[in-house]
Amino acid sequence: MLELANATYRYAGYAKPVLRDVDLRLGDGEIVGLVGPNEAGKSTLCLVAAGLAPASIGGELKGTLTLDGTPATGMRTHDLAERVVIAFQNPNTQRSGIAATVFEEIALGPMNLGLPIAETVARARDAISRLRLEPIVERDPQRLSGGQAQLVAIASLLAMRPRHVILDEPTAQLDPAGTRLVGEALEALAEAGTSLLIAEHKTDLLDRLCHRVVLIDGGRIIRDGATADVLGDPSLEGLGVEPPARVRLARDMAAAGIGRGVIERALA
Amino acid sequence: MVGGYLGPLAIIAIAVLPAALVAGVAGRLVRVSLLLTLPIAISVVLVTVFTRSGETVLFVIGPFDATLEGVDFAGQTLVRLFAISTSIGLFGLTTEPRSFVLDLERRGLSPRFAFVALATLEAVPAMVERAGVIAAAQRARGLDTEGSLRARLRGVLPLAGPVVLSSLTEVEERSLALEVRAFGRPGRRQLLWRIPDSGTQLVVRGLLLGALVGAIVLRMTGTFPALP
Repeated sequence: MLELANATYRYAGYAKPVLRDVDLRLGDGEIVGLVGPNEAGKSTLCLVAAGLAPASIGGELKGTLTLDGTPATGMRTHDLAERVVIAFQNPNTQRSGIAATVFEEIALGPMNLGLPIAETVARARDAISRLRLEPIVERDPQRLSGGQAQLVAIASLLAMRPRHVILDEPTAQLDPAGTRLVGEALEALAEAGTSLLIAEHKTDLLDRLCHRVVLIDGGRIIRDGATADVLGDPSLEGLGVEPPARVRLARDMAAAGIGRGVIERALA
Repeated sequence: MVGGYLGPLAIIAIAVLPAALVAGVAGRLVRVSLLLTLPIAISVVLVTVFTRSGETVLFVIGPFDATLEGVDFAGQTLVRLFAISTSIGLFGLTTEPRSFVLDLERRGLSPRFAFVALATLEAVPAMVERAGVIAAAQRARGLDTEGSLRARLRGVLPLAGPVVLSSLTEVEERSLALEVRAFGRPGRRQLLWRIPDSGTQLVVRGLLLGALVGAIVLRMTGTFPALP
């Protein structure tokens, strides 16, 4: 379980905190969505939940981060790496720059952990298979499309076999097929007991995957509840978050005078 | 006098050229080495042939005497330069930098040093590519980057600023992404492959090491003399 308790975080050199009194719990095998307007604090919450803020980027954190019952405060980043990983929005900055092939890029994490070769290769192959990257394993990681690079970045994290995965807009550069692949891989991870936090503007993906959704605004969590409840909240659009297609369709059908029972049966 | 040519020519004839022939890069090596040596060779010839004092004057151009001693000095310098440039050229043409650095890491080089070396190699083409994208974006907004020299100079700042700043901002995210993948973990990391290292290569390396020691001894005994 990953647990943030009463977390208030401010970046180094800034007087105002970006996160305020955040309580967040990710149970084992739970997929939690994170939505909110721009500058709400989603990326910062991801960094804090991954243990990188303040450990790597500085700043000040009040409150606690606990990973599987162990306080993460003071834990070194390479120790954190075996428990929690984070994917950023831009896949190009997640490329190591030292791997000659996509296979080596994906295997880099297990290589850094010093795992035996057989285990390293098995992990890389498993991640490649989950995201169906077999056709590009021999390619130069620098010569990939945005979508391919995004998939490789996610596969690189899956190869770490972490207990907790934080994803900051993981499908920003993906087409629908790539988004579906990522969704399937994340569902499989959750079924194996990994907890996931996904900050994402594509609420359709969250609607399909998440057990819970958290809405953040102005650095505070303002809603935390079942996916259908949070994503169906009429105030969501006022915060710049587009509801999923299922919700919009239901509203349009209701506006057209179609009965509630009919709508529920149609969308089931 | 002959001794000053013997050492460098021996290195080229015995060590560099046969290796280049075996590797199939002899033609490219000669071209690359000439290109590398030419600018320095021209200045060496001009400076030493006409300015070095000597007893045997070969010909005179204006106030300058071309002396036999100057020609000899230029010749000895040129064969040394050519030996150096062919050796470096052979290394560059036959060694893939990534393989070289990773093999050094296997032999004990720090992974951090290996990363810096490889990332530097990768950084240059990446920055060139980014500069191209930013130049195109700036041109789309009306910046003149292809006109007169003055216009091009004016366009440097709007290009250099974003290239440098975006590179710097990427550094932080890149280092975070590496940390997430346990790059900072102490100890040696697992390397997936080993560069083939045959018995023949081992023997050749031993011979080269012996030749190096021999060259130092011959240099110290005066068989391979210093430049006059």
